[in-house]
Amino acid sequence: MSLAAAAAAGLPQALGFARAGGLGQGGAPIAADPGHGFLSPTGVEIAFLLVGLVTLGAAIVTVTTRQLVHAALWLVVTLGGLAVEYLLLTAEFIAWVQVLIYVGSVVVLLLFGLMLTKAPIGRSPDADSGNRWAALTVAVASAAALVWVVVDAFRTTWIDLDGAAAGSTEVTGKALFQNWVLPFEALSVLLLAALVGAIVLSRKAKATTTDRPGARTESGTPSAKEPR
Amino acid sequence: MHLAYPAVLSALLFCTGLYGVLARRNAILVLMSVELMLNAVNLNLVAFDVWLSKAAEEALHSGQALTLFTIAIAAAEIGIGLAIVLAVHRNRGTADIDKLRDTAEGHETDGPDSDAPAPETAGEKAEATA
Amino acid sequence: MTTTTLAALVPLLPFLGAAAGLLLGRTAPGFVRPLAVLPTLTAFALAVLVAVRQGGGRAVDAATELTPTGSVPIELALHIDGFAALVAVLVGLVATSVQIYSTGYLRDDPRYPSYAALVSLFTSAMLLVVYSGDLMVLLVGWEIMGICSYFLVGHYWETPEARAASIKAFLVTKLGDVPFLIGLFALAVDAGSFRITTVLGAVASGGLDHPTLIALLLLAGVAGKSAQFPLHTWLPDAMAGPTPVSALIHAATMVAAGVYFIARLLPVFAASSAALLVMAVMAAVTMVGSGLAALAQDDIKRVLAYSTIGQLGYMTGALAVGDRGAAVFHLLSHGAFKALLFLAAGVIIHAAGTNSLAAMSRMSDLRARIPDAYWTMTVALLALAAIPPFSGFFSKEAVLGAAEHVATGHTQGVPGAAGWVVLVSGLLTALLTAAYAMRLWLLAFRGRGIEAPDHGKQPVAMNAVLWLLAVPSLAFGLATGLLPDWFDGRDLTPTLTTSVLGTGLALVGGLVTYGAWKHTTALAARVPLGAVAAHPEGDAAQVEAEAIASHAAAYGDVAAAPDPADPGRLLLGPLHRHAAVGFHLDVVYTALFVRPVQAGASLVRFLDREVVDTYVRGAGAVPRLLGAAVRRAQTGNVQTYVSALLAGTVILAVAALLVATGA
Repeated sequence: MSLAAAAAAGLPQALGFARAGGLGQGGAPIAADPGHGFLSPTGVEIAFLLVGLVTLGAAIVTVTTRQLVHAALWLVVTLGGLAVEYLLLTAEFIAWVQVLIYVGSVVVLLLFGLMLTKAPIGRSPDADSGNRWAALTVAVASAAALVWVVVDAFRTTWIDLDGAAAGSTEVTGKALFQNWVLPFEALSVLLLAALVGAIVLSRKAKATTTDRPGARTESGTPSAKEPR
Repeated sequence: MHLAYPAVLSALLFCTGLYGVLARRNAILVLMSVELMLNAVNLNLVAFDVWLSKAAEEALHSGQALTLFTIAIAAAEIGIGLAIVLAVHRNRGTADIDKLRDTAEGHETDGPDSDAPAPETAGEKAEATA
Repeated sequence: MTTTTLAALVPLLPFLGAAAGLLLGRTAPGFVRPLAVLPTLTAFALAVLVAVRQGGGRAVDAATELTPTGSVPIELALHIDGFAALVAVLVGLVATSVQIYSTGYLRDDPRYPSYAALVSLFTSAMLLVVYSGDLMVLLVGWEIMGICSYFLVGHYWETPEARAASIKAFLVTKLGDVPFLIGLFALAVDAGSFRITTVLGAVASGGLDHPTLIALLLLAGVAGKSAQFPLHTWLPDAMAGPTPVSALIHAATMVAAGVYFIARLLPVFAASSAALLVMAVMAAVTMVGSGLAALAQDDIKRVLAYSTIGQLGYMTGALAVGDRGAAVFHLLSHGAFKALLFLAAGVIIHAAGTNSLAAMSRMSDLRARIPDAYWTMTVALLALAAIPPFSGFFSKEAVLGAAEHVATGHTQGVPGAAGWVVLVSGLLTALLTAAYAMRLWLLAFRGRGIEAPDHGKQPVAMNAVLWLLAVPSLAFGLATGLLPDWFDGRDLTPTLTTSVLGTGLALVGGLVTYGAWKHTTALAARVPLGAVAAHPEGDAAQVEAEAIASHAAAYGDVAAAPDPADPGRLLLGPLHRHAAVGFHLDVVYTALFVRPVQAGASLVRFLDREVVDTYVRGAGAVPRLLGAAVRRAQTGNVQTYVSALLAGTVILAVAALLVATGA
């Protein structure tokens, strides 16, 4: 939690770096100028790199820690770090949506899930399955392949962060409600379907639990499941 | 900013999520890892959208729009996924993925060809199929 | 109706009767007997009508081609000359007699419906052979007869003898049919048509390139069908079928089909003197051998079977000397009296409860029990032995006369050697024929000993048919003067020389046998012998089936009996042992063909079991092992699956990248 707080505290600073770095650059074509090498990073890049390292580290802790609740909390750090990265990329609307939905609801939901499945508090030695070495191999191999490909393809590409923010609320809203209205509305149908699906699954679970005599008290309070 | 930074970060995050999906035992932790992977993709989308909106003056902002959609879908997915995990947990008393092995070979021993048949019946079958 | 329509109806009616009989046999048993008798009877009447209309004049020819069938057209053709008209009348007469007789003979047989339908189908096929003007259509009838014969011989399939006999008959005739088919193709290729008229036209203009080859190939099929040496061995065994079947198929009609076929295509055979010579030798060996074998048989029907082979040998001999008039004349008279002989033998077997002559010779009063069979059989045996004035005398003398003509060099285009061979063997056979006819008569009707068992009165249907057939046996000789108009016009009246020689030899044979019987009959009382199946309530077929089944058990052999009172044993002397088993031809065939084929079959079985099946089992075992191996991966752990899936994806993606970048 302390790291997440630090990340949140450093947010304006990082933004300031981004602005400063962005101001230092002129209009750039798609291909990077020769001047923009890896050896001469701009301020925004340094900030991105640092926040990225924190994010990645938190992600790795998330998938390796043996304390299940800690994993959820480290996930908060990761998602918050990603929100900062969005801000650094001038996509502010997405960043706030990220904070709102992921940090605000998804992680809470996951914590609910952990609690409802009676996840043990404290270290659980069997958090990882016997598959972890195969998983590690696959993950490292795919990471190597992806990094190699991405670096090989985009090592000289330069993002111009100057000028109007590419992801301000206005820009995003215009794009969303001018060009993406139909998918947006279709998405609402999907959300409705998900809602119905979640309710149906819960009801089925309730039907099976009525077999047990002790489950009657639970089934007596259906409103407890509604927030989901 | 170099495009390589967000791209590499997203790739690494993705593979971290991948590891989590493959290695975690608890189903909820697997769902978390899935969220990681989805976020890695989101980062990629945003980075490329920013790059293209400036470099190619692309006004559609498809990357950001898709990111929003992905977030919405991810929210729905986590809701459904948790409902399933809870249902499984209620029925089986566990949410450990490697204990849910109903599809394993030899789970039902009285199946038609569940175990290796006797040699003479094997010969008969070979004759019948010949 | 035109003659063509009538002629088309003749084979069609029994066919429809057979189809209806097979369809209705189970559901409407009351219709079976009318359906068996009436179509055949109508066909007989129509055949008579066709013969009257044709009148021995110009041949009736009609043809229609249903559909083009390739290079050489196959047509539904009729070709009715005097030969065809008269043979069809004979077939109709015998088939009608047999159908009527069968209603009594197989009175209580549960398989009577299918039996009657098969007899009808057989009749239809034979009439098709007789009338057909197209060789391919003829072949269809030819093969249907073969398969009907197979089914009918095996009618008592509960007995192993009948089963073996039916398969043997089928295989041996098929052995001849294969070269026959090839010969037909060769003939059609040379002549350019399957039509008999066209073929004969081509022969007349010298259009055949390989007459000897074709004639010999066709001869193989004829030998199989007409039971000529060396393919005759199936006929004695075929006597395991019911007696009416023997009368119809194995005496009067089907075996005559081969002879009739040669008669139709005689110019083809006459184009090759080598083929005629082969035929003459074949006929001679068949005649003499079968006469000797007939003297040694104990089963009354086997005596008649060998006699049939011998008489067919006469017909083949007549054809070998180029006189088809004489051959078909003998075919007609022989068909009538041999059918009579068989049907009478059926009555005797029923009355005596056995088919063994040795057992009959130890019964008294058999004559009195079946007077109709006694008198008609006497007539038929006299005809068989060619005693004037019975029909057999005239037809046999026609054959001998034709042979003498050739031998003395009066006939063009036929080698004189063939004439001599046929003449000498024919005279020798006349002696043997009279001898075994006499032996049969004496042993069957002159027995002494216990009284014959009482099997009740014979059915009217059976006795009436005997008298009906006795008429042509008695009086067909009168037609000698008329027949040349129907045939080729060659004179068929007996010549003095051969008449005297033949009749004299026949009398000698008969008297010698009588003497021998007088000598041996005293022994009969000393050696009690015989097994009798007594079924006062059962029908004749049941008695016969039991008699066949018990013969081998009682006497140690289906053909012979260890009876010292047999005059044949005295006459043949040391030859008797060999003649009884048909001169060991079956043993030779067993060694030459059956054993190699069985060895080959067991080899194939071994190869199939051990080699082919190994591959098959291997083909099953390898996937089974693979499946067992793959099954181990089926752990049910989803994470393992996804790991494998993603590992494969990564490997494929890297490989695709390397290929795409050309690395």
